[in-house]
Amino acid sequence: MRIVVPMKAVPDLVEEIELTEDETGIDREYLTFVLNEWDAQALEEALLLRDASGAEVVTVGLADDPEIDQILYTALAKGADAAVKLTGASLTGASGSAGIRTADRAALLAGYLAAQPADLVITGVQAADDLDGQLSSTLAALLDLPHVSVVVSVEVAGGSVTVRQEFAAGRSHELQVQMPAVIGIQSARQAPRYVPVTRVRQAMQAGGLTELAVSPLVGGGGLVVRRMHRPEAIGQAEMLTGNAADVADQIVRLLRARGQVRG
Amino acid sequence: MVLAEHTGMRVSEGTYELIGKARELASALGGVTEVALLGPRDLLDQLGGAAIVVSVEHPALAEYLPEAYERAMLEVLAQRSPRLLLMSTATIGLDLGAALSVHWDAPLAAYVSALEIDHGAVMATAQILGGKVLAEVELPGERGIATVLGGVFSAAAGQPAGSPEVVHIVPPAELDALRMSLRQVVEAGGGDVDISVADMLVSVGRGIESQDNLEIVLELANALGCPLSASRPVVDAGWLPKTRQVGQSGLKVKPRVYLALGISGAPEHLEGMRNAELIIACNTDPGAPIFRIAHYGTTVDLFDLVPELVDRVRG
Repeated sequence: MRIVVPMKAVPDLVEEIELTEDETGIDREYLTFVLNEWDAQALEEALLLRDASGAEVVTVGLADDPEIDQILYTALAKGADAAVKLTGASLTGASGSAGIRTADRAALLAGYLAAQPADLVITGVQAADDLDGQLSSTLAALLDLPHVSVVVSVEVAGGSVTVRQEFAAGRSHELQVQMPAVIGIQSARQAPRYVPVTRVRQAMQAGGLTELAVSPLVGGGGLVVRRMHRPEAIGQAEMLTGNAADVADQIVRLLRARGQVRG
Repeated sequence: MVLAEHTGMRVSEGTYELIGKARELASALGGVTEVALLGPRDLLDQLGGAAIVVSVEHPALAEYLPEAYERAMLEVLAQRSPRLLLMSTATIGLDLGAALSVHWDAPLAAYVSALEIDHGAVMATAQILGGKVLAEVELPGERGIATVLGGVFSAAAGQPAGSPEVVHIVPPAELDALRMSLRQVVEAGGGDVDISVADMLVSVGRGIESQDNLEIVLELANALGCPLSASRPVVDAGWLPKTRQVGQSGLKVKPRVYLALGISGAPEHLEGMRNAELIIACNTDPGAPIFRIAHYGTTVDLFDLVPELVDRVRG
C-alpha cells in the first residue's frame, strides 16, 4: 500500500506578519516558515498506519515552498520511506506575493498523483493560510476520489479504510471508505513523534530527496484578493501593566470583584 | 443559498446565522433566500427564515456522509443555480466546501467573517493566519461559495418567520452507488467535568509549551476551585482530553470569568468563548488576536504570572 502525505510550509504565527506594499499578500521575504501543524499530524497518522500494516509512506512538497528541504528531511528522519519535491510551473509567480493558492497547490499534487497513484492520500485538515479552501477535498475533487476530512483516526481493513470523522462537542462518525481515497487529518491517534536535530542532519547528509517535474492538472479557483490588512484594534483589551506581581494583584482584584476569589 | 446543518432533528445555531446573513444579501441583490435541506423533511418547519427550502431525501442523507452530501449538493446547485452558497466553517464546510468549489466551478472564500454586496459584487472578508490577517476578497462571476466562521453573524435574523415554499429534488442516482458508508454515530463520551457549565475557567493554550508545564496551571485552577480547559493545540497534542477543549471543534463555554493563558486567539477558539462575561488574557505576543476580544490583557510571561496568582489566591 502506498500512502502519500503532502507537506506545506506556512508562516510561523509566533512572528509578526508583514504585508506587501500593494496590500494583496503577505511579505514572504523576511518571514520564518514552518511545517503546517496539521501536516505534522497527517504524517504521524501515516507513520502509525505504516507501522501497523506495512505501507510505504511518501511525503511530497512543492519546490516553491520556503524551507521545504528542511521539512522533507525532517519527515525522512521521522521514518518516511521517501520524500519527493515537485518542480513545475512557478506558482508563486502566477498568484503573486499572496503565496501558493490551494487550487494551484492541489493542481500540482494532482498532476503528481495522476502519474503515480496512491492508495491513500493523507493531508492536514487545513492550513492557517488556505484562503481559497482546504487541500484534501480540493485534491480529491480533482482526482475524483472519495474523501473524508476532520478525521482523528484511520485504520486499514482490506481494500478500505475505517476513519473517525469528528464534529463539534466530541461527537463523531465512523465511516468505511473504499481506497483509493483522500483523508484530511485533524489530529493523529498520538502526538507527532519528536526527532532530534542530529537525526535530521544525518538525513540531510544521506540525501534521498527526489526532485520531480510535473504538469499541473487544471484546477478551479478564481478568487480575487482585493486587499489584506491587519485587524483594527476595536474592542482592544485594557492592558494591565507592571511586573508579574503587579499584574497578579490587579487580576486578583478583578476576580474578587466578581466573587471568584474570597477575601 | 444556505446549506442547513442538523443533528438529532435540530437545525444548528450556525444555520440560523447563515440564513440571517443570506436574507440581507438576497435583499441587496434583489433575490430570495433558499436553504438546502438534505435528509429528514421533518425539519422543514424550523427553516421558515428562508423563502424556499430545497429538499433532497434519501437514506444515505440521514446523517452527514461526505460523498452523499457532495453528490446531493451538486444536484441542488445544478438545478437551482444560486449566486452564493453559504456553509459553516465547521466539519461540513471544511470537508465539503472545496470539493464543491472544484465540481461546481465556483470560487471559494474560507474562514469568512464578513460578507457584503459592493456595487453588485459579492465581497467577503476572511480571517487567515490565525486571525492575524484579514483578507478582503471578491467572489467574481455568477456563482461562489463562502465557508463562514461561527458566531460572527446574528442567529436572531435567521429564525423561522413564515412558511417557506418547498421544492423537492429527486436524489441523484449516484447516491445508490457510494464509495463510503456510515458505520456508526459515536456520541461524545462523558468527561470528568463539564466545562460548558463552569462558572470560571482557567484555560491554557500553546504557550504552555509542554505537558509537564500543565502542572503549573493546574495548581492555579485548583486554587481557584475551577476546571482547567484548553485550546485546540493542547488537546491535539494529547496533553488534555477532548472534553476540556474550548472552541468551534470543542465546546462552547460561557463562564463568568475566563482566564486565557498562552492562548493566541485563533478564530476556532474565539468562537467557543467569546460570550464569557469577563475575559482576562495573558500572552507574551502583544499582537495576539485574543486581546481584541479580551476585557483585560497582559503580556507578562505566564510562567511568571501564574505562581504569583497562586500565592495570592491561596492567601
